[in-house]
Amino acid sequence: MIPAPFTYKRASSVGEALDLAAADEDAKFLAGGHSLLPLMKLRLAVPEVLIDIGRLRDLSYVRDGDGHIAVGALTTYDELVRSDVLASALPLLAHAASQVGDPQVRHRGTIGGSLVHADPAADLPAVVLALDATLVAQGAGGSREIGAADFFRGLFETALEPGELLTEIRIPRPQAPAAWSFQKFTKRAIDWAIVGVAVQGGSVALVNMGQTPLRASAAERALAGGATPRDAAAHAAEGTSPPDDINGDHGYRQHLARVLTGRALEEARSRT
Amino acid sequence: MSILGTRVVRTEDPRLLTAGGTYVDDLRLPELAGAARVTFVRSPVAHARITGMDTDAARQAPGVLAVLTVQDMDDLVPPPPPEPGSEVSEGAPLPLGGPWAEPLLAAGRVRYVGEPVAMVITDDSYQGEDAAELVSVDYELLPAVVGVGGALAAGTLLFEGTESNVPVTSGEAADDAIFDGCDAVVERTIVNQRLAPMPMEGRAAAARFADGRLTYWVSTQNAQITRFILAGVLGMDPSVIRVITPDVGGGFGAKVGVDRDAILVAWAARKTGRALRWVESRSENMVGMTHGRAQEQTIKIGGTADGRVLAYRLDVVQDTGAYPRMSGFLPFLTKLMAVGPYDIRSVQTRSRVVVTNTTPISAYRGAGRPEATAAIERAMDLFAAEIGMDPAEVRRKNLIAPDKFPYTTPTGATYDTGDYATALDKVLAAAGYGELRAEQARRRERGDVMQLGIGLASYVEITAADAAAGETARLTVAGDGTATVYTGSSAHGQGHHTAWAMLVESELGIPMANVTVIHGDTDLIPEGVGTYASRSLQLGGVAVHKAALDVKEQGRRVAADMFEAAEADLELDTERGTWQVRGDPAASRSWAEVATHAGADGLVAYVQYTGDAPTFPFGSHVAVAEVDTETGKARLIRHVTADDAGTVVSPVLAEGQRHGGIAQGVAQALLEEMIYDADGNPLTATLADYAAITAAELPSFELVQSETPTTINPLGVKGIGEAGTIGATPAVQNAVIDAVSHLGIRHIDMPTTPARVWAAISEATSDLEDQ
Amino acid sequence: MKVSVTVNGSEVAAEVPDRTLLVHFLRDVANLTATNVGCDSTSCGACTVLLDGKSVKSCTVLAAQADGSEVITVEGLADGSGEMHPVQAAFRAEHGLQCGFCTPGMVMAAVSLLAENPSPTEEEVRTALEGNLCRCTGYHNIVRAVLAAAPAASERRVG
Repeated sequence: MIPAPFTYKRASSVGEALDLAAADEDAKFLAGGHSLLPLMKLRLAVPEVLIDIGRLRDLSYVRDGDGHIAVGALTTYDELVRSDVLASALPLLAHAASQVGDPQVRHRGTIGGSLVHADPAADLPAVVLALDATLVAQGAGGSREIGAADFFRGLFETALEPGELLTEIRIPRPQAPAAWSFQKFTKRAIDWAIVGVAVQGGSVALVNMGQTPLRASAAERALAGGATPRDAAAHAAEGTSPPDDINGDHGYRQHLARVLTGRALEEARSRT
Repeated sequence: MSILGTRVVRTEDPRLLTAGGTYVDDLRLPELAGAARVTFVRSPVAHARITGMDTDAARQAPGVLAVLTVQDMDDLVPPPPPEPGSEVSEGAPLPLGGPWAEPLLAAGRVRYVGEPVAMVITDDSYQGEDAAELVSVDYELLPAVVGVGGALAAGTLLFEGTESNVPVTSGEAADDAIFDGCDAVVERTIVNQRLAPMPMEGRAAAARFADGRLTYWVSTQNAQITRFILAGVLGMDPSVIRVITPDVGGGFGAKVGVDRDAILVAWAARKTGRALRWVESRSENMVGMTHGRAQEQTIKIGGTADGRVLAYRLDVVQDTGAYPRMSGFLPFLTKLMAVGPYDIRSVQTRSRVVVTNTTPISAYRGAGRPEATAAIERAMDLFAAEIGMDPAEVRRKNLIAPDKFPYTTPTGATYDTGDYATALDKVLAAAGYGELRAEQARRRERGDVMQLGIGLASYVEITAADAAAGETARLTVAGDGTATVYTGSSAHGQGHHTAWAMLVESELGIPMANVTVIHGDTDLIPEGVGTYASRSLQLGGVAVHKAALDVKEQGRRVAADMFEAAEADLELDTERGTWQVRGDPAASRSWAEVATHAGADGLVAYVQYTGDAPTFPFGSHVAVAEVDTETGKARLIRHVTADDAGTVVSPVLAEGQRHGGIAQGVAQALLEEMIYDADGNPLTATLADYAAITAAELPSFELVQSETPTTINPLGVKGIGEAGTIGATPAVQNAVIDAVSHLGIRHIDMPTTPARVWAAISEATSDLEDQ
Repeated sequence: MKVSVTVNGSEVAAEVPDRTLLVHFLRDVANLTATNVGCDSTSCGACTVLLDGKSVKSCTVLAAQADGSEVITVEGLADGSGEMHPVQAAFRAEHGLQCGFCTPGMVMAAVSLLAENPSPTEEEVRTALEGNLCRCTGYHNIVRAVLAAAPAASERRVG
């Protein structure tokens, strides 16, 4: 219930954050803490140093850019929900953020924290994958851009190098922002998705159908080839390896992926 | 106009809302200044021999004052073996003991994940968690026995000196002759799943041993029983033990008395000479506090084609977890209440209790009766489906008629009063049953994805099953006219302070604001039983009522003396709280004056009230569920109830108990389950995994009023605390099944999770396709 | 490290272990014990307080993260004259509490909800309270209390 002992350090700039991280191999960045602290409280994660980047308010923004929307990594779920920019340009992201956890979690948790934690059962990783986002990381050697498809490497594993800080999520402006749907299937409203589907136009990404968020490529190809939403959705589970757990076995999850993808594609279509 | 039956807000609330309650972890008393913290080391495995333990590293950790193990328990005298014939009765709510005895700290063998094996005493709780991790225990794993089947197979026995994993067997062998002459017979094995009581405050205790006396603060439902237990285990006289119950954050039956962990805290305080405090974490609570339910039930029901049930058999296997803490008591109650509110000619019941390598089972809101109701209500629906009759009509045809009371069931329960058909009719009317069936039919006709299910439950339940144990009340009126009630009851959310004050005001006219209610301190209330089994109003409340009557008569004598009048001419104006000679209201005396005149101690009455018999509240529930037939997800959209617990003293409190009970009942039907894997590892040991119900899964409830007083006590009251839970679970389970019954589905086990409902739909539709 | 938090309007400063959770800072350093710990998986909401005006689960915030910030607990809700906040008053009027253990967190979550959504529907109230578990009340009267408090709560500034 209490984290193992650690040393707390606070960064007042991105540069300082990177320097502190470089000084300590076993350091982790602490943003909202709502992915990391729960693990630490159960002692499933035992970092020796926490670098609090929560005060880097410069990394909290939602900006209308040139053909893209730029979201600062430290933008909280609640800020995403309230963003006027997202409401018109990226309602999928705003809505998905509103489905994460509960109001208290949304006041603290950040998009960057969620993406870096890379839990395939989380909502935002699948959303940025569906949106073909580019993740911008800063490291000792400078800044680099990583496509969402390359960012999520495995269970709780991303393409970030040790000491690298995710600073921005850059999302290409969708042609038809309103052609979105987010189907999050849970037992209780508060739960993680048993299976989730994020749709933006013809892009379909799946929550909790593998070790990382996955694009339902076969379904996307069928849709692009003229299939109806339901017929395209019949392919949604191809290439997935969903878990077996107390909420359902992989067969049930694959069934849900098909049903929810069909509903999501129909809903997205109905909005245009 | 009596205050009873009127809507009165609680006296407990201003403090709870502004300063917060004072639970064990909030105590900031001088006696506990500098109290050290207890952290338990617990077994991470379900079944193993302990072959070694190394506490050196722990002893050297920061803040560690002591590490206590079984080796340190030489100051405890083992209890003498029971005299032959005096062993704990199988039907008693007590640990079975004997070869199934449960130690305090695990001695040589662990039998469930979470079993305590050592204690670390530290300055603060953070250090305690660190140090506990450093205690190194060697476990030689043994095969884990999980589930009823595993226990009965007896490949591995949990206890040496036993021949099976079945400590208790009771009841009649099956005799199918009772089903002769039935047009329709249905048999099924169903599951009443294991649940976690999960009060929002877990277990907690603080202890200080000084000058030969033990002061013990504990989150319990019974201070006096706790003192008795501690005295026995610690070998102390009860007179040198003071048990104090601070605010308690819920109990639901799992905080009756004290368990081994809490007893160890008291022992450790004596052993170390330090004041100690223990507050468990939620993860500990999920495996360390007792679980509830966990029965496998084989039901068989038979009757005529026109809906008369003639015979019913209930065969229960009770999983009691690693230690039989309640012997055969829970299935005893299940069998006792097996027929529910129905007039069934032939009934057979049998039960076996099995031990498994899981957390021990004990009482949880309803304690054996939800299990009985869930079984008979499933049976009624199965029977209805078999003969193709509406489930409401089948129930109506079999409910015990109102002119049959008191009614003794074939299982030996004597129901005091009841009007079961009226309760059923009331909820059907309130729910708009006909319209619901019509809407269901329309959706079926259209082949909608979202199907509607309507589930019924009619129930009767037993409250104050231990009426003979009674309850105490001491009532004093002081020279300033204020009253104090010392009650043996022990509220942990039920609002007794408000209700007992209402009873005093009603009888004596002393305003509630001038009535203080005290509970849970054995120095102030040495005799008492406590709160569980929905007993408090009909025993504790009636005791308060009788004490008030006693005070009234004393007041009459004293006032007569003051007025120099005959006692028969004195009357009490309960509106003003004054005594006067009849016909002369101008010359009145207040309670303050009367109490002063009585002497330095004022007026004092002490009542030890024993109930003549248990009482039997009853009711009906209608649940309306919507099921998404493509995903299996069920949602409760309406829940209508009539819960009749006799005369209602406080409508506000009664409604609150019904709401809370309904929510826990719905939770069992839809969501909650304590799950273990085949190795005895709990898979739902945090609140992220255990699907405790939230506000988002529930509608507002529709409560219908029904008050059929009991003849058993002068207030006409029965117990309401568990009734809502008992009725809600089967209504919701039946509703979910009803939503998909047109696909040929007859049963889905609880909880009716999306995966489970989908599996039933999938199987049924592939069956349909195969036809 | 040294942590200083303004709690219910007063500064509370102390040297605490880095891993100190905000809820323990409030309970043991600021000596405000109304806020309770009900779980260890950020699930139950019994520890909910306002941090810089927004509801948070104080068991999942380090005291160090709250350094320099403002926290309001249920003990700080009554106004200067001791009159209960409309949410507290409504909980009493509607019997929205039984054992009281979840209540401080539930009240703070409700205060935050009404600050962000002054006229919620019943469904919105239920969804907004999904992170606050209660075992006693079945939520029925809690929801009634929040809806009843809404009009007056919008008139009342907190903190």
